[in-house]
Amino acid sequence: MVSEKNITVGRALTGGDIWTKLSAVIMGAGLFGHGQRIKGILVFLLEISFMFFMAAAGLHNLVMLPSLGTVEAGEVYNEAKGIYEYTQGDNSLLILLYGVVAVFVVLAFILLWILQMKHSYKIQKMQEEGRHVPSFIEDIRSLFDGNLHITLMSLPCLGILVFNIVPLVFMICMAFTTYSKEGSHLILFDWNGLTQFKRVLNMNGNIGRQFWGVLRWTVIWAIFATFLNYILGMILAMVINRKETKGKGFWRFCFILSIAVPQFVSLMVMNTMLQPHGAVNVVLQNLGLISQPIPFWQDATLAKITIIIINLWVGIPYTMLQVTGILQNIPSELYEAARMDGAGPVTIFFKITLPYMLFVTTPYLITSFVGNINNFNVIYLLSTGGPTYVGDTAGQTDLLVTWLYKLTIDQQYYNIGAVIGIMTFVILTIITLVTYRNSGSYKNEEAFM
Amino acid sequence: MSTMKKNAPSARKRTVNLLVHLLLAVLAFLWVMPIVWIVLTSFRKEPGSYVTTFFPKGYTLNNYIKLFTNRTVLNFPKMFMNTLIIAVICCIISTFFVLSVSYSLSRMRFKFRKPYMNMAMILGLFPGFMSMIAQYYILKAMGLTTGSLIRIALIVVYSAGTGLGFQIAKGYFDTVPRSIDEAAIMDGATQWQVFTKITIPLSKPIVIYTVLTSFIAPWVDFIFAKVICGASADQYTVAIGLWNMLQKEYINQWYTCFAAGAVIISIPIAALFLYMQRYYVEGMSGAVKG
Repeated sequence: MVSEKNITVGRALTGGDIWTKLSAVIMGAGLFGHGQRIKGILVFLLEISFMFFMAAAGLHNLVMLPSLGTVEAGEVYNEAKGIYEYTQGDNSLLILLYGVVAVFVVLAFILLWILQMKHSYKIQKMQEEGRHVPSFIEDIRSLFDGNLHITLMSLPCLGILVFNIVPLVFMICMAFTTYSKEGSHLILFDWNGLTQFKRVLNMNGNIGRQFWGVLRWTVIWAIFATFLNYILGMILAMVINRKETKGKGFWRFCFILSIAVPQFVSLMVMNTMLQPHGAVNVVLQNLGLISQPIPFWQDATLAKITIIIINLWVGIPYTMLQVTGILQNIPSELYEAARMDGAGPVTIFFKITLPYMLFVTTPYLITSFVGNINNFNVIYLLSTGGPTYVGDTAGQTDLLVTWLYKLTIDQQYYNIGAVIGIMTFVILTIITLVTYRNSGSYKNEEAFM
Repeated sequence: MSTMKKNAPSARKRTVNLLVHLLLAVLAFLWVMPIVWIVLTSFRKEPGSYVTTFFPKGYTLNNYIKLFTNRTVLNFPKMFMNTLIIAVICCIISTFFVLSVSYSLSRMRFKFRKPYMNMAMILGLFPGFMSMIAQYYILKAMGLTTGSLIRIALIVVYSAGTGLGFQIAKGYFDTVPRSIDEAAIMDGATQWQVFTKITIPLSKPIVIYTVLTSFIAPWVDFIFAKVICGASADQYTVAIGLWNMLQKEYINQWYTCFAAGAVIISIPIAALFLYMQRYYVEGMSGAVKG
């Protein structure tokens, strides 16, 4: 028997026959020589196209990657024509992008090489042992049976690779460059190591001061938004679920209606309602409750409170919807036992309901915490991060994400934006790992699998 | 003794009950009020965003008529068609991606399975549009950022990464008993047949859920659409159009039309959502379990 363990590239190179060894140079030769002709030819064609790609563009981009281009665009005097001609300089951004793509292509090629080496050694062994080597038709058939996951997952994976992973690597690279409007490095830029990270983390600099401010508010926001919504939503669900509550369906409908309206619509409506001359101030003034409009978005503290409260409007129905089913799963014996012991509703909530829910829904809590840290819509549509003090790029209610958006789209400080993105990721990773590892549902996850 | 216990708290219980219902009524009012307000505004006769009363002084249908007939400044019918086309195609691609990935992860065992799930978790921790700029340049390098090709660009952006959102559907597939598959395989069915003829028909709720969520996504996103469309106004989607109506240069002329547009977009989405909420709840409790 050929065991998977014995199939390595090293063994293929030492113990392989002439066909297998040949496939180190002419890829697919091993497959071709051992009866899988069509597959062998396909692999060989892939090798040829890789060579073409490298010769045409890949190699050039890889070579340019360390310098990111040096030729500045400019005007050169053309003596023959007697005019100044515009010359095309290097575009560092495109060099970086194509360079990253080329790196991925090379990695994919290496993977293909390893796979075909192993495979040709494997079918060589199978032939030596006198076993049947699957034909091309059989291979195709297995793609719809035992290897169905390859068929199903290759397109989604390709999409993720091209539109998630490559862009992400590209953006991460940007954090280590001078790509920014500052010093007009928008066309030609260079690697400059950790300079931008030091700037962002340095509390005394302008950017650093804003970073720590934004980070503090981001964490406060995420904690309030997650836990207030969670607890209040749960209480709302329990109040509606009470045996004595009449018209359960009607109450649920009222709250769910607010989720059903697209979030960006309801948030934009809220924004206009809370303007100095918006509906809320108008009504309050007409009732004679206030003489001056309340500056919901103009005062930093008030804006923060308003955002958290409006987020309750957005989030409580969500929690209600999600926990209703789980709440009904809590074993009723637990409640009865507690009532026998004379526990009141508050004690029961904190001693039974909450611990049980925390145990079951920790993954959900983590997801919603991550979602709140990256909650672009609520902040951007409500306050656009404002109020912003003069000289700052970050407003008082900006989260790391909205600041990242402003830095890249509005200010074109791409490198600092990328650093902020990476910092967000690092913070989220730490929080997620710590809570996840300590949660009951992680420790017992396998029990449900 | 026991009868006393039953009767004594009943008066108190009634007050508590009354208070609870009162509280619910107040809360429900707070939750529904903004929605009522936007509906009222969409029928308001006076233009402009700032009014002196909560209820409109006069009612009209002109806001809706203007929204669909005034094509010179903000071409809403065109935006509507753009979004509809994008949404339908996205919906087909994303549903296929999500269901495929979920089925593979739930039913098949392969080397790449755990790494894939970890990768999805890690990618989920990055701010979604951190890669937006890079995606824009990739699409530009593919030549998809001009003219009507922008639609393809938006379709690609909305559907390419959907393979990462498998959690709810996988959680649901996990609850479909494996013994059914095993019996079918004993009878000579291939995995493909199990997937298309057994698992999908048995998982109707989650299929509907996936179809609807991926159909709704293009209607409510305005960040990606804004960056990718740039200045090409004839490729705008509904969300950008509505967002533009609230910008300084348009708000006075278009505020009531914004309300009308918001109502028109919200009705189908709200209907879809109310319809699928029970699938949502089922999917959630399935996902939490697995």
